[in-house]
Amino acid sequence: MKDNLKTLSLFSAPPGREDFAANLISEIFSKYCDSVTVDNFNNVCGIKKTGIENSKKIALYAHMDEIALMVTDIDNHGFISFISIGGVDPRILLSQEVIIHGKREVYGVIGTKPPHLQIDNESKEIIIEKLYIDIGMTREQINGIIRVGDYITFKGKWIELQNNIVSSKSLDNRAGVTVLIEVMKELSEDSLDSQIIFNATTQEEVGLRGATINAYTVEPDLAIVVDAGFGDMSGLDKDETFILGKGPAIGIGPNMHPVLSKELINYAKQNNIPYQIDVEPGNTGTEAWTIQISKIGVPVLLISIPLRYMHTTVETISLDDVIASAKLISGFIRHIQGRLEELMCL
Amino acid sequence: MKELIKKLTILNGVSGNENKIAKAISEMIVSNVDEIKQDSMGNLICVKKGNGKRIMLAAHMDEVGIIVTHIEENGFLRFSALGGINHFYSLYQKVTFDNGITGVIGYEENISEIKNIKLANMYVDIGCKSYEEAIGKVKIGDSAAFTGDFVCDGNRIISKALDDRCGCAILIELSKRLKNCDKEIIYTFTTQEELGLRGAKTAGYSINPDVAFVLDVTAPGDTPKSKPSPIKCGAGPIIKIMDNASIINPKLKDLIIETAENEGILYQLKVSNIGGTDAGAISLSRDGIPTASLAIPCRYLHSPVETIDIQDVDNMIKLVESVLNKI
Amino acid sequence: MLIKELTLAEGISGDEFDIRNKIKTEINNNLFDVFTDSMGNLFATKKEKKESINVMVTAHMDEVGLMITLINDNGTLKFKTIGSIDERVLASKRFFIGPQLIPGVIGTKPIHLLEGDEKKQPLKAKELYIDIGCNSKEQAQQLVQPGDYAYFDTEFIEMENQMIKSKAFDNRVGCSLIIDLLMENYNINLQACFTAQEEIGSRGAGPAARRIKPDCTIILEGTTCCDVPHTEGHNIVAKINGGPVISIIDKATIANRKFFDFVTEIAKKNNIKYQIKEGIYGRNDSAPIQASENGIPTIVISVPCRYIHSPSSVMSLNDYNETAKLIKALLNELNYEIIGG
Repeated sequence: MKDNLKTLSLFSAPPGREDFAANLISEIFSKYCDSVTVDNFNNVCGIKKTGIENSKKIALYAHMDEIALMVTDIDNHGFISFISIGGVDPRILLSQEVIIHGKREVYGVIGTKPPHLQIDNESKEIIIEKLYIDIGMTREQINGIIRVGDYITFKGKWIELQNNIVSSKSLDNRAGVTVLIEVMKELSEDSLDSQIIFNATTQEEVGLRGATINAYTVEPDLAIVVDAGFGDMSGLDKDETFILGKGPAIGIGPNMHPVLSKELINYAKQNNIPYQIDVEPGNTGTEAWTIQISKIGVPVLLISIPLRYMHTTVETISLDDVIASAKLISGFIRHIQGRLEELMCL
Repeated sequence: MKELIKKLTILNGVSGNENKIAKAISEMIVSNVDEIKQDSMGNLICVKKGNGKRIMLAAHMDEVGIIVTHIEENGFLRFSALGGINHFYSLYQKVTFDNGITGVIGYEENISEIKNIKLANMYVDIGCKSYEEAIGKVKIGDSAAFTGDFVCDGNRIISKALDDRCGCAILIELSKRLKNCDKEIIYTFTTQEELGLRGAKTAGYSINPDVAFVLDVTAPGDTPKSKPSPIKCGAGPIIKIMDNASIINPKLKDLIIETAENEGILYQLKVSNIGGTDAGAISLSRDGIPTASLAIPCRYLHSPVETIDIQDVDNMIKLVESVLNKI
Repeated sequence: MLIKELTLAEGISGDEFDIRNKIKTEINNNLFDVFTDSMGNLFATKKEKKESINVMVTAHMDEVGLMITLINDNGTLKFKTIGSIDERVLASKRFFIGPQLIPGVIGTKPIHLLEGDEKKQPLKAKELYIDIGCNSKEQAQQLVQPGDYAYFDTEFIEMENQMIKSKAFDNRVGCSLIIDLLMENYNINLQACFTAQEEIGSRGAGPAARRIKPDCTIILEGTTCCDVPHTEGHNIVAKINGGPVISIIDKATIANRKFFDFVTEIAKKNNIKYQIKEGIYGRNDSAPIQASENGIPTIVISVPCRYIHSPSSVMSLNDYNETAKLIKALLNELNYEIIGG
């Protein structure tokens, strides 16, 4: 599991160009699913079939895209201007290492003005439009290699901290994709009543787009969304974060199906699987929000992996939570076989 | 093309009230298509039958404007914006109602700081002295467009509503040129784009094309101290790589750029994360539709003096025609 | 009084069990097929089908309220709002929390102990907490938990002049209108839908419209009216005793013009006093319904209510009755031609 997570997190797959990773993910899915397809939005969909006719469809979702940047202009000296794709905090950009995906991959650094040259108010706010990437090439050398509209991803590094805690880029949401892979591994030998559909979706960071069109095609009877949730750190209130290592957070609130989420919580309790409660009074900010209102409505469950420093290159999670999430989901899927219809009733 | 654009811009078609535009476009396009219909959102859907891929070409008919929300005792009108209207652009503008009445936008002069002014501090003067007189001329819910004469000066065209009547004009011209193309092409003139891509949502669903091209306008960066952008008027039609509503389908992007380069057609690439077009709604219809958003560079958007370069229009027509022949 | 029963029932967005059950009891006869979907929308369709236009009439069941997010170490409860509530109304109010309806209060510092400009600062939800009288987290955990919903504790009061006060006129007034409507027969096929989760973004309406696929939809609402002191004419929006409020435009939709004109004609024909909603305010179930699939013509008709989204909302039974009249007249005259079938 750790190797999969490491490989996946270091891969580049910005919103709109998830094809960079779709092949890799398809390959992994093919090992455990009966069929794998990729749609024209690059959503990867792996189906674990069932022999039963008119079976219910349980769809699992984890988005594979990551926040990124895009080239907006190249100046006469070869410095590259850019804007963000998805929620990028400009404050993390100074001194970041990036990769520009032009005709070939080019390494670059986001530069900063030395402090002694900064004018008074310059050091205060960091404005993306004023930043630039230095790739060490001249304008002429860049021609034909990099152009406006090229994607820029962050260069990350996988680091193992204490207590089975790891840090890398894009753990939001490669950790979720890894959970899906662990679940499909766990269930690969089972004969289930329901069809299980594993979806690595795209363009979540720019508006839940891949999941919107995927849900239209898949028409799940139940959707389980796995994403990252805010991990504990000082400066954030306890009711806004989850503790690393204490298990996945189970979402409750209007975005989730009330009966099924209660059932999931009870299942975790009865089987001693560590879990936390994620109280969501409205929009969860995840694919659960768009999937729930797809077509005639879909019951949704949300499982969040506690993750510190979201949308930075040092996202930090506990591998224990990844394992617990997979255990919870695969166990729950087995637990509700034959009972989904009854549990969906309000 | 200049005449065609003029004919469309001088009509009033504020978001939610596009029927005059739909009627005019119908008359202009009827001989080039097989079927014309309007759906419940007022979208005008013109089908040129054919085989092979179903291609949707879309441009929105609506322009930004104002809507009457209240009539005062003294005959002045209060209004709200339909679409994104800059407060400063509205001051002292003339507006025209559907029935021909002209209004002038003034503001409450006891506001001490003009920088704090909002639309709620403005009113429309239609020359009435009382509520009774005003109610004989307009009613709550009437909409009005800004007045902005069509002026042609060399390659420059200045007018209100170039956003997106020039897109509509391009579609009409394309319908002439592609009359004998073997593919199925659906020229879609959408409504209420300026209010949030509303017409496009239902149009995308009901048409369900294999591929869609959206033609709109977008701001360049070639005026003094403008927001930084390499886009210039006259430097060619724009292929929008990304805006806040959609990211171009990469295969379509490659096809369009390749076609432009092979045919020697000027083009520009734009990347931004503000502003969106109907592509945002159409691309998310049903199980997802590969969509490309193309735009004409246009200065002073949403003002009565929107400005474009006709060469960009000519090049856009060439580009889309060539791309469609290749799909 | 039906409107009393309905407003006192509990049903915050996502937790509509109580109000849904109450509505089901009210329409419990075998003239209707009744169904609840996975979002909590409640559908009631007359079993007898006619060769006629299919009209869906909707009203959302849910109300705004609070959700407990954390139990503090000292036994008080942290919360977030569900739906948009003016946070200034929370101070000095009573609530019921969770399925056991545990009573609680949101208090404030005594005025005697406020310093300087504190009195002038409205309190934010983040600074407030609910006191249920417990001394510790452990004690509180026996009674409530994070995720529990907290409801305004309110009484239904009949005021002077046909005016009534309660919570949740937005939109139990719409639900009540529909229940009344269902008791009669019309020339059209009437499908009633009591939607869920409107207050957090009209969540139930889209799935409901896509299940029913009606030819057109009438959305019933309780809408804001600001005919109160210190409000300039153009900010009033609607008035008490002005009759049903018909919307041309709101923040998310523009009414189908033909439909709108038809409704005002019917009102005039039947001598029903009506008003047009002034200003672009609020959004409601019309947006996702209008944008569903191939598009569905919609119209929003509302009863004007003062102080919506607070525990003390006020409205007039006159407006209610006139609105009911208008809708019944409308239902008898709707046909394909009007909605451009």
